[in-house]
Formats: sequence, C-alpha cells, structure tokens
Amino acid sequence: MAAALDKVGAPKGNDAGRGPREPVVAMLSYAIRRILGAIPTLFVIVTLAFFMMRVAPGGPFDGERRLPPEIEKNIAAAYNLDKPLYEQYGIYLGRLLQGDFGPSFKSKDFTVTELIASGLPVSLRLGLSAIAAAFLIGTTLGIFAALHQNRTADYSAMTIAMVGITIPTFVTAPLLTLFFGVYGVNLFGYEISLPVGGWDGGKIENMILPVTVLALPQIAIISRLVRGSMVEVLRSNYVRTARAKGVPSYLVVVRHALRSGLLPLVSYLGPAIAALATGSLVVEQIFGLPGIGRYFIQGALNRDYTLVLGVVIFYASFIIVLNMVADILYRVLDPRVRYD
Amino acid sequence: MAAPARPHPNAELMEKARDVKGRSLWDDARRRLFRNKAAVVGMAILAIIATMAVLAPLLSPYAYDAIDYSLVSCSPAWWPGEDVFCRVPDGSHLFGTDSVGRDLFIRTLYGARVSLAVGLVATSVSLLIGVIYGAAAGFIGGRLDEVMMRFVDVLYSLPFIFFVIILMVVFDRNFILMFVAIGAVEWLTMARIVRGQTLSIKQKEFIEAARAAGVGTFSIIRRHVIPNVVGPVIIYVTLTIPAVILAESFLSFLGLGVQEPLTSWGVLISEGANEMEVAPWMLIFPAVFMAITLFCFNFIGDGLRDALDPKDR
Repeated sequence: MAAALDKVGAPKGNDAGRGPREPVVAMLSYAIRRILGAIPTLFVIVTLAFFMMRVAPGGPFDGERRLPPEIEKNIAAAYNLDKPLYEQYGIYLGRLLQGDFGPSFKSKDFTVTELIASGLPVSLRLGLSAIAAAFLIGTTLGIFAALHQNRTADYSAMTIAMVGITIPTFVTAPLLTLFFGVYGVNLFGYEISLPVGGWDGGKIENMILPVTVLALPQIAIISRLVRGSMVEVLRSNYVRTARAKGVPSYLVVVRHALRSGLLPLVSYLGPAIAALATGSLVVEQIFGLPGIGRYFIQGALNRDYTLVLGVVIFYASFIIVLNMVADILYRVLDPRVRYD
Repeated sequence: MAAPARPHPNAELMEKARDVKGRSLWDDARRRLFRNKAAVVGMAILAIIATMAVLAPLLSPYAYDAIDYSLVSCSPAWWPGEDVFCRVPDGSHLFGTDSVGRDLFIRTLYGARVSLAVGLVATSVSLLIGVIYGAAAGFIGGRLDEVMMRFVDVLYSLPFIFFVIILMVVFDRNFILMFVAIGAVEWLTMARIVRGQTLSIKQKEFIEAARAAGVGTFSIIRRHVIPNVVGPVIIYVTLTIPAVILAESFLSFLGLGVQEPLTSWGVLISEGANEMEVAPWMLIFPAVFMAITLFCFNFIGDGLRDALDPKDR
C-alpha cells in the first residue's frame, strides 16, 4: 500500500520541481548569465584594441608637414593625446559607454560614429540579403542531398559545396564580375550584364553580384551542415515510426525530420555572421560599396586609428551579441540541452 | 616433482606468428590513405607545386622583380582571346606579363613560395602553442584546466582577423609578424582538440593496464598517448594550412600583407582583379594556382581523417 502510494506520489513530487515555470526561469537565468559573460569579453576587446593602437610607433599626425611645436601641442590637446595613457583610456571608455567612438583622425569633419552610421545601412542590407539567401538555398540543397544520400545528386551537390568552401571570396568576386559584368553571359536568350560596382542607392542589379559572392561560401557550409544532420535524423527511430504509420514522405520530412534536422543551423548563425563581416571587407572593397568594411580598410591603410578601433569594437560587439542570441535561441528550441 | 616439459598446444601457431610482421597503426593508416584516390592526387599535385616553388629561380630566365616596360600587360603567345592589348611575340613569358612587364609565371611561383611558407610557419606556431596549452590543460586538469579553457572560450568569441589587421597597421606590415600573428590566431582549435584527446586518453583502460603491467610513464606517453593524440592533430594541421594561406592572401589582397616587389597569391589576385578587363590572365593564373592548392590540402585532410579515424574501420 505504502509502496503504491510512493509510486503515485513520486512523479507528482517531480512535477512540482519541474513545473512549467521552471524552464522559463532556467532560461532567463541562463540568458542573464550569458549577457553578464559577454561584458568582460567586450571589455577585453576594447582594452586590447585600444592599447594595440597606442603601442604603434609614431603618432597619427606624423606623416604630415612638420608643424610648429605650439600647434602640435594644441592638436595633441584637442585629441587628448597629451594626457597620460591610462587617462586617455578612461576618457575613451567613458565616451564609448555613451556610444561615442571619438573623432576620426583622418576624415577631420566626421566622427567615427557618423562614419559607422553612414556605412551601416549598406553593410546591413548586404549581410541580411546574403544570409537569407544562404539559409534558403543552403537548406534546400542540404535536404535534397540528404534525401538522395550516396547517389549522384548527393555527390554532385556536395562537390559543389566543397568548391564553394574552398575558393575564397576574393577569387569568386573578381571572377564572377569578369563573366557576368565585363563579358556578359547569354542565359536563356537574355544577355545578362550586371553592374561591376557601385551602390547606386541599393538597386537590385547592383546587389546581385556582391550578395552572391557573400552568400556562396555560406550556402556551401550550410548545405553540408544540413545534409549531415538530416542524414542522421532520417535514420532515427521516430522517423522510421512515422514512415511505418504511413505518413506521406513529404510530411515525414517537413513535419518530423526538419525540426531537429535544422537545429544545427541555429548554432551556426553566430559563426555565419562573423564570416559575413569578414567577407564584407573584401566584397565592399571590390565592388566599391560604401559600407562599414570599406571604411575599415581605408582606415587601416591610412592609419586612421580611431576609425579602425571604432569599427573593430562595433563588429566585435555585433558578433558577440548575435552569438549570444543564437546560443539562447538554441536552448529555447532544443529541450534536450540543459542550462548549465 | 616437475612434470615433463610438454610442448605448448599452439606451439606451431606461435612459431608461425613470430614470422608474421605485425601491422602497426601507421601501416594501416598509410594503406588506407594511399587507397584514397583524391588524397593521392592531392599529394602529387601539391608536391609538384611545392617543388616548383622551391626551384622557382631555376625554372624561369626572368627575375621576379625585373621590370620590362616594352612588354606591359602582355598576354602569353598562346592566349586564345583575340583583342588583347599586347601579346608576347615568342614563347617566353608562359603566363604573360603584369602591368609593369614583370613575368607572371615567376611571380606566381614566388607567390606560391610566400603562401606555402606562411602556411608552414604559421601552422607550426599554432601547433606549438596549441599542443603545449592543450596538453597542459588536459594533463593537469581540475581548476587550472577550467580556467585555461574558459580563456580559450573568451578568445574564441573575438573576431581575430580584425586584430591581425590592427597588428599589421600598427607594426607597418611587418612580414615576420604576420606569420606569427596568423599562427597565434589559429591555435585555439588545436588547443581544444589536444586537451579533449589527452583528457579522454588519460582515463582509458589500456593506459591503466599498461601502468599495471609496469610500463614506465615515458613509455606510456610514447607508445599510447602520443599515437592517439597525433592522429587528430595531423588532420587538423592539414586543415589549418589552407586556412592560414587564406588568411595571408586575404590580408595581402587588402594591401595589408606582403609588400612590393615581393608578392603572394593574394597580392597577385588583387592586382589581377584591377586589370581583369584588359588582362584577365593576371587574375586567372594566380587564382587557379591558389584554388588548386587549397583543394589539394582539403582532399589530403579528408583522406587523413578517413585513414586515421579509428571509428571508421
């Protein structure tokens, strides 16, 4: 009797402990811990970048005409360069907290914040279009390959993916420009000739080539990821059960297999963003697009320290935040992962 | 009262076994690797490219920085296109010339030299740091391991290529520094692999068995630990080399890496991209060389993974 009561009682007790509210609480505490954990990382980035810039031999105004010492002094004072290093660091941190990246050393009329703000819409639009294309096409290719596992279709899709992963952006960009922009390709009777550069207010035809170049390696990686996880899921017991029940095969894929088959994509979101940020450096440079990446390269080539510093911090925070979002999302979507 | 010495029941078999040469882990791996066609072809092509890179000065009568203003942006004599700006009159300049009349063939080979050298040096740097760091964390374990790996986690979330760019800006495109900086970027994954491997091997039964049988620590490390760690490390090294070559070319492409008149594939591709409308060969040759090299490394890496991964037998 007592034993039977225990048996009835035990799950109840467990339920109380694992009630529906508990995952929410655990998730929130996980999210808060992740946010708190991101702060020291950001701090490390800012500090590292700041001091790396300052150990640079020579100041930012060295290349210019020799100026009278009092004017040099005034300039140094205007940029706070006459104060001790730790004080400069403090000032920079303080301003950074208010979203102020300081003045650009080379583009005298602009602050770094203004430069970033002017480049952001372009970079963001490029990046978002590329990632949308990559997830859409990559997922489709991956599912297709998994459904035709070890057949010609699978092998050819995966060979294309290998090409996409191996050949770097700065090779595909000029090659695609050469064929679709300079030579022009005759496709289904249409003469295709795309603009080889420029933004032009973000016209579709100006975006096709850069977005394609940015998306190609991501399509390749995503299709490989999806193929791998789908192959595994399609072999699992519950998919076999669904098949045995007589669920139509497209429903098996869409309703049963895809849910867990696409989970790895969520955790790939972070690295994908990072790769796109790096890729955009090349793409914006080649196609002459006025995004953040181009400012960064110009800043690096002109030794515009504040601009480089600002863009690095901006990119890094962006990547860290998105990594965090991806991690939290993954835990929300996958009940198997524990919050520890 | 000792029993008369009876022959062992399997004496004959044991006698035979003495003559059979055992197949070691490495013999097995080598056999599997050489059965993989893509990997073998990859190794062969890579060997050819490497030899050409090493022997570069002997393979061409031109110096890599010899400027010839009478042959500016000339296509090779065999180039199929019609409307080229200038054509090399004879069979010299196999790949044509660049925008100041330098021989593109020798420059592509010099690019290979720089790229392969960066690949080797930077990968060695990453190997050195990664293996020592990972092995230390794995062997010592406990609190220290936790702290060390937390540090790696933090570094993982930094966009490192940006820091390499800062380094190159700050130190004015120092060649050696670029090698080291790229290597210092790539050690993180190596450290994770080595640590994980050491941790799991430390607790394996065969280590315990060897210890119980009285095998010394040094022998255990040599016979049991190293062979089991080396596999994944070798695989990862073959995948790090192309990543490093890419990183260097990326920097050089952006104008932050190797400086004129020295060259690398990244520099050549960047120059070629600027001239591709009039002189597409300036883009195509270095791009093809680089793509082939990267492919080879990837095929070899895949082949090694299949050969060395004991789970796949």
